[in-house]
Amino acid sequence: MTKSKFDAIVIGAGMSGNAAAYSMARRGLKVLQLERGEHSGSKNVQGAILYANMLEAIIPNFRDDAPLERHLVEQRFWLMDDSSHTGVHYRSDDFNELKPNRYTIIRAQFDKWFSSKVREAGGTVLCETTATKLARDRSGSVIGVYTDREGGVILADVVVLAEGVNGLLGTRAGLRDMPKPESVALAVKEMHFMPEEVIAERFGLTGGEGCVIEAGGTISRGMAGLGFLYTNKESISVGIGCLVSGLAESMENPYRLLDAFKQHPSIRPLLAGSEIKEYAAHLIPEGGFKAIPQLFGNGWVVVGDAAQLNNAVHREGSNLAMTSGLMAGEAIFQIKSRGGLMTKHNLSLYKGMLDKSFVMKDLMKHKDLPSLLHTDSHNFFMTYPTLISQAAQNFVRVDGAPKINREKATAASFINARSRWGLISDAVRSAVSWR
Amino acid sequence: MKATTIERIEDKLYQNRYLVDTGRPHITVRPHLSPSPNLLALTQICPAKCYEVNEIGQVAIVSDGCLECGTCRVLCEASGDIKWNYPRGGFGVLFKFG
Ligand SMILES: Cc1cc2nc3c(=O)[nH]c(=O)nc-3n(C[C@H](O)[C@H](O)[C@H](O)COP(=O)(O)OP(=O)(O)OC[C@H]3O[C@@H](n4cnc5c(N)ncnc54)[C@H](O)[C@@H]3O)c2cc1C
Ligand code: SF4
Repeated sequence: MTKSKFDAIVIGAGMSGNAAAYSMARRGLKVLQLERGEHSGSKNVQGAILYANMLEAIIPNFRDDAPLERHLVEQRFWLMDDSSHTGVHYRSDDFNELKPNRYTIIRAQFDKWFSSKVREAGGTVLCETTATKLARDRSGSVIGVYTDREGGVILADVVVLAEGVNGLLGTRAGLRDMPKPESVALAVKEMHFMPEEVIAERFGLTGGEGCVIEAGGTISRGMAGLGFLYTNKESISVGIGCLVSGLAESMENPYRLLDAFKQHPSIRPLLAGSEIKEYAAHLIPEGGFKAIPQLFGNGWVVVGDAAQLNNAVHREGSNLAMTSGLMAGEAIFQIKSRGGLMTKHNLSLYKGMLDKSFVMKDLMKHKDLPSLLHTDSHNFFMTYPTLISQAAQNFVRVDGAPKINREKATAASFINARSRWGLISDAVRSAVSWR
Repeated sequence: MKATTIERIEDKLYQNRYLVDTGRPHITVRPHLSPSPNLLALTQICPAKCYEVNEIGQVAIVSDGCLECGTCRVLCEASGDIKWNYPRGGFGVLFKFG
């Protein structure tokens, strides 16, 4: 096998790598995919919400056999202080549609399924194989990879780096920088199992319906961070993520943060009686648009998390990964079919496709938000959640005090904490970065 | 009423599946006289508690329970404090769910 040359080698069998490998294999290209895990998915961690449209663009009938947990009918956003949450809940029966829009999934199972599709399409998938180094010719063009298996270099016209947020190959070859502590979040996550009926009852769900909770506030102790709780069929994924720079500064311990989140009076009853079967951790790229590296060069392209194509604001990553993988595969196929070489010039086609898609447009839209949350995290994650909780309690509690006094007290508490100027400046900066 | 149960990290890691590559740790710490602030931070923020301060005041790693998250790499590889690699193909943590 090492003697033959491939049209493309894909490093990694996560969301982006599987999309790239599948889209090329199904068009008849000779594709080799390398995955370091025991099977595709055994190294991967996600919340996880799957966005159907992006997968549908790759495998239209995925609903027939993909391992899907629940389709989402309800999303809750909670702002938390230590004893309360203020929430916005959106639930709609419209989501009980013929082809649901979002599902929860379990990544180890989902990736295994996606990988089986790559094989069915004719791709060669080699698991338990870590690519250790990119091979380059004298001019610096990438011509293949070395692995930790016996045998020398494996050659290909193009290498698709779908190696995820920790991608060693691309950073070691100097194709892009290592992620910075302020542009990646560390998420820790547990799988809590309980009977299907209990989940249905606690969240008000019937049949295959699902509900997710995203939570921000004092749970991240002043760091930029978010907690989440996603319902699967017979389990609940619960986790919390904070910027690595924030953790390093505060020396907060991630599993204690997770334990505290689980013990929060609003979360604890939802998990009561569950059996924990796994504890995982993973980084999430959060640098947004400004952290995106060079995406293509002579003989290579980079896709998914390795390229920081992750929308932290909307908690979307897998769909950007799948879409970038698909586009890289399509671009390579187009270049190949017109007899072109995999030069930097020709591969810019991939970037052109991405620029026109939602991937770059969405990331561009929020380009200033990551730095705002980073520099102002204490206000956004401690001060405001506490103030808003007090305001809500002031509004709800009935104790004989005149309403006007309560409203004045609420306004005063905001001004005391942030000053008038601080409030205005926070509001303006948030609005501008959101625009 | 606040609950006070403290879960031990060892109990958490015990739930996981691992295939340890005995004798071939994938992460090593450079010997040092006193640890850098980032190296010291790892003793708190590594989600698998792989890093600890030893008797002679150095930060040492036992990578058996490593979740391969890459946090220590992002913080300490560039300075040379640690050397970070993936375990050999097939070894390391094996997520059942992920
Ligand atoms: C806790 C958490 C919650 C999340 N929630 C959501 C969510 O709800 N919805 C959403 O859309 N996104 C979510 N994301 C983001 C999403 O998981 C990622 O954006 C997505 O997985 C990126 O796909 P990828 O293919 O680029 O990388 P990955 O899925 O990480 O895949 C990389 C693959 O490459 C392999 N690999 C790496 N290096 C090598 C090598 N040298 N040799 C061989 N193989 C190698 C790895 O083993 C892995 O299989 C979440 C992420 C986390 C951590
Ligand atoms: S990779 Fe993550 S789990 Fe492993 S030692 Fe580093 S910080 Fe700890």
